[in-house]
Amino acid sequence: MRNRVKRLASRLSAFEQSLTFSRSEKVVLAISLAFTVCFAMPATAQAMHIMEGFLPPEYCIAWGAICVPFLVLGVIRIKRLIANTSRHTLILLAMAGAFIFVISSLKIPSVTGSCSHMTGTGLGAILFGPTPVSVLGIIVLIFQATLLAHGGLTTLGANCFSMAIAGPIIAWLLYKGALALRINRSVAIFIAVMLGDLFTYCVTSVQLALAYPSDVGGVVASAVKFLGVFAPTQVPLAVVEGLLTVLIIIGMQSFASKELKEISFGEKKAGVA
Amino acid sequence: MEKKKSNKLTVILLIVLVVAIIFMPLLILPGAEFLGSDDGGSKMVSEVTGEEYEPWFTPVMETLIGGELPGEMESLFFCIQTGIGVGIIAFSFGYLAARKKYGGDLPDEGENDALTEEPLAAKGSKPPQQKPLRQKN
Repeated sequence: MRNRVKRLASRLSAFEQSLTFSRSEKVVLAISLAFTVCFAMPATAQAMHIMEGFLPPEYCIAWGAICVPFLVLGVIRIKRLIANTSRHTLILLAMAGAFIFVISSLKIPSVTGSCSHMTGTGLGAILFGPTPVSVLGIIVLIFQATLLAHGGLTTLGANCFSMAIAGPIIAWLLYKGALALRINRSVAIFIAVMLGDLFTYCVTSVQLALAYPSDVGGVVASAVKFLGVFAPTQVPLAVVEGLLTVLIIIGMQSFASKELKEISFGEKKAGVA
Repeated sequence: MEKKKSNKLTVILLIVLVVAIIFMPLLILPGAEFLGSDDGGSKMVSEVTGEEYEPWFTPVMETLIGGELPGEMESLFFCIQTGIGVGIIAFSFGYLAARKKYGGDLPDEGENDALTEEPLAAKGSKPPQQKPLRQKN
């Protein structure tokens, strides 16, 4: 019991350490937060990839503004990763980004008779935590929005929030939670990634519902309707994404155990020695 | 390592499962169109609002070429995206696998001290943490 408390305390202090920022980092972070407060609040008071031009402008700006601090934090995290670990851990980061590229480019048929694609952001979230993935995710989203007319530049903020922020955060939390419950690591990864992927589409539904509340029943009824479109299609795909992520992590464990150790993946104890 | 064997089995099982889940809909739903669910979402928008929604912004690419991207071109771009991703992953796994196979004595805990000392002595700047591949014990 006491051991566990100790472990928790050391983990907390590690978390605190990760929250201390240098001065310039603080400034940028503060600016980004101020940006959020300025732009995001009015819209929220009123009021998968969403297609180009399908969200009213004020929502586009609001969602975009919400994303900014996460992206800034992500860039800071990545910078630190580069500074504090050996260059080889970058291979893992590149692979996590490439995984998003591959996974989100594959349109996969589902039992509902329509196609959808997965997000692929769960892998990065499990390896590096949620914020670095936001940066990787937005690269993919920009690629798709400009070249493929898939998603869109105006809806970039909303899509980024659902796919590269909300999904990874849920995946990461579930993964940590499952590990704390001493669930088998592979199973934990599978569950976390699967539900993270599904959550992305829940967020998308809510985003659409906020912008287009139904006449009868308002936002909630509308959200349920949008969920009805996305969820059934997405369930099998979420399972596939979970399985693929487990696969690639097995691969990493057998070939890059040193780098995984360096980003403290797979450690049973807290990072503080 | 006995763990390796069970890993192999899991990997094969997982791949079979993934393929099965992906191709099952094709088999049980012959003749379905498999349109994107993103489109389904936009249809739902017009259903909820009760009127055809007119997007207020056309994709950059479509304005640029003055029309919709031809289907074949779209699949080309999707392939490029997949290709970039697969390329990076394949290269990385190739690199890592080769390192494991030929690098043999890569730094592992005990050796760490030796390798950080060396470059430090040689150069006062940042200690590169990576060990030259060909170096042997």
